[in-house]
Amino acid sequence: MATEILMPALSPTMEEGTLAKWLVKEGDTVKSGQILAEIETDKATMEFEAVDEGVVGKILVAEGTAGVKVNTPIAVLVEEGETVSDAPAPAAVAAVAVAAEVPVASPAVVAAPASAPVAAKGWPHSDLPEGPTKTMTVREALREAMAEEMRADPTVFLMGEEVGEYQGAYKISQGLLDEFGPRRVVDTPITEMGFAGIGVGASWGGLKPIVEFMTFNFSMQAMDHIINSAAKTLYMSGGQMGSPMVFRGPNGAAARVGAQHSQDFAAWYAAIPGMRVCMPYSAADAKGLLKTAIRDPNPVVFLENEILYGRSFEVPTDPDFTVPFGKASILRAGSDVTIVSFGIGCAHALAAAEVLAKEGIEAEVVNLRTLRPIDYDTVLASVMKTNRCVTVEEGFPVGSIGDHIASTIMQRAFDHLDAPVITCTGKDVPMPYAANLEKFALITPAEVVTAVKSVCYR
Amino acid sequence: MAKKPDARPNVSKDDLLKYYREMLLIRRFEEKAGQLYGMGLIGGFCHLYIGQEAVVVGLEAATKEGDKRVTSYRDHGHMLACGMDPKGVMAELTGRIGGYSKGKGGSMHMFSKEKHFYGGHGIVGAQVPLGAGLAFADKYLGNDNVTFTYFGDGAANQGQVYETYNMAELWQLPVIFVIENNGYAMGTSVKRSTKSTTYFGRGLAYGIPGEQVDGMDVLAVKAAGEKAIAHCRAGNGPYILEMMTYRYRGHSMSDPAKYRTREEVEKIKTEKDCIEHVRDLLTQGGLASDEELKAIDKEIKAIVNESAEFAKESPEPDLSELWTDITV
Repeated sequence: MATEILMPALSPTMEEGTLAKWLVKEGDTVKSGQILAEIETDKATMEFEAVDEGVVGKILVAEGTAGVKVNTPIAVLVEEGETVSDAPAPAAVAAVAVAAEVPVASPAVVAAPASAPVAAKGWPHSDLPEGPTKTMTVREALREAMAEEMRADPTVFLMGEEVGEYQGAYKISQGLLDEFGPRRVVDTPITEMGFAGIGVGASWGGLKPIVEFMTFNFSMQAMDHIINSAAKTLYMSGGQMGSPMVFRGPNGAAARVGAQHSQDFAAWYAAIPGMRVCMPYSAADAKGLLKTAIRDPNPVVFLENEILYGRSFEVPTDPDFTVPFGKASILRAGSDVTIVSFGIGCAHALAAAEVLAKEGIEAEVVNLRTLRPIDYDTVLASVMKTNRCVTVEEGFPVGSIGDHIASTIMQRAFDHLDAPVITCTGKDVPMPYAANLEKFALITPAEVVTAVKSVCYR
Repeated sequence: MAKKPDARPNVSKDDLLKYYREMLLIRRFEEKAGQLYGMGLIGGFCHLYIGQEAVVVGLEAATKEGDKRVTSYRDHGHMLACGMDPKGVMAELTGRIGGYSKGKGGSMHMFSKEKHFYGGHGIVGAQVPLGAGLAFADKYLGNDNVTFTYFGDGAANQGQVYETYNMAELWQLPVIFVIENNGYAMGTSVKRSTKSTTYFGRGLAYGIPGEQVDGMDVLAVKAAGEKAIAHCRAGNGPYILEMMTYRYRGHSMSDPAKYRTREEVEKIKTEKDCIEHVRDLLTQGGLASDEELKAIDKEIKAIVNESAEFAKESPEPDLSELWTDITV
């Protein structure tokens, strides 16, 4: 009986990968546990082991093939004496069909292939300066920002779990150890409170640390140092000394990692005076804001998103390109409604805007980019133009950034509103694991569309 | 606790007079702070250092320019010992613009970049990784400075202390962990906090040497400090000093101190006082006359009174200060 070997999912967010290398050839006998191939995921190159025993009857996907979808048959395993023609051919078709259904079943934008330039193309980035650009992923943009700043300033260093020899748990720091060495790319033990505190102390001692949290979920272990030690010292010292440093890492939901690993801390950190809080959406945001963050003399909480790491966007090639704090961008111009968002929420907002445009509603999408400081002026100017506002974020509803935006609009532009502001957020529940429940817990473009229609009375 | 010292240790008169003067300054300053607190001029929490003076004076005597220090909220003594101006410290206690933090930090949160004093931290144990971070910076920058990271027997049970021990030894950071064991974590005695009461030995699991020191004997403290500094400056990584000391006053000004007897406190004061110890060395050894010491007492009293006057007269911060120094 022939068995199909399917392209495996080797990370929570992997939807496709590169079949980097076959370690077996047709005709080879394989044992269970034997390494069949090397597969490059969105995070790392992984070895793929055989589950079943048999003979490699046929290799269906050649090595070096990129963009192989999860669950695509990549080889056929037969029993001794069998040939590939014995394998049931229709099964392969069925497997492909199942794989193809996955993105359709999930929210369109969230499930988009990791490397495809989904959200960027087609929407103007009004914030991008004139000049040449190149396409790069958010991951590459973050890495380039760190590398450039480390080259420019010898006091900048990176510390965190798996940033060095492992090349970054999400490959953000890939190659940095090779270029800068272990003095400046410091692997830490798993001890968030301790190394966050050491990072703050180092910032007082004349360095500019970049402290990476493998995810911001773990920053709760370190929150005392972020807030009590880093954010308050400039004030408590009467301006004598502050904490020039960056705390960065992925924030918010990834995919299917459950309640303790899926949480958006934007509103928590944005509540604290004495800090800067960034939440980039595009690769240009990521690069420009991270460079600004590393140069900034204040502590910066820099909230990235794992789902966005693999997305591609246009980024200016100008080596001096940065994005200032407190300056929102207009991702899409529109006259009927303002959608205010940040981080991955912008992807949902843009997807909703596309749908709405087909129904004759032109939405203006404002990307806040920094949550402390917030660019109120851009938001208010847009709302005064459109007279309607919907906010979009992944975080919990109580005390959300949207609540704060809605309150600000009410206080400063009440007479311009034609409808109450609607705040679209994640649901008020711990993140469930089950695929259908997780999808239901997250904010979706469809919900944004519904909210916009509601404020437009349509 | 320590035995009575030898009558003639190998120390100069000038050094003894310096220690006497510095310890006396801390004690008189703290007494004055207690008085101003009672008058309502100092508010909030105010943790006095009286009884523990030998620890900071002895260790500071072993330092060089460039060395750093960071401590908890019981921090007035550390600031005076590293040379910060008593006027600026007292004015911070009264919340005035002339204070080291313009009145915005208070008793627990004071800094002096000039004197390499990095606070003054109100969260028990937080200063421990912060101190290791200062040492990390010095090692990274390639100088031979050492950071003194002070914490109490209470903080010694915090988890982040052990996270820090692990990384400090792993990275061979030039940091000296000074545990000021005054016997009580607020109102909980050491014996009610842990079965492992020898704090100096807790670094051994991470490979950090440590020793217990009579923290009431300024000469023993200085000698231990010199040994620890030599270890650190030579690039051998961190060192732990457990200073056996005692606080005469309550945990803070509002502490009724029901957890210990009056007799216990009196016994330490009578038998172990760090200032009396140096006074005895000076007088019994024939190194200083009563008149000489009285002149110093008078001089210290004047400095403290001057700081109190300054702290009363310095204006409160302008209301505009509410909005400054939040970000750069």
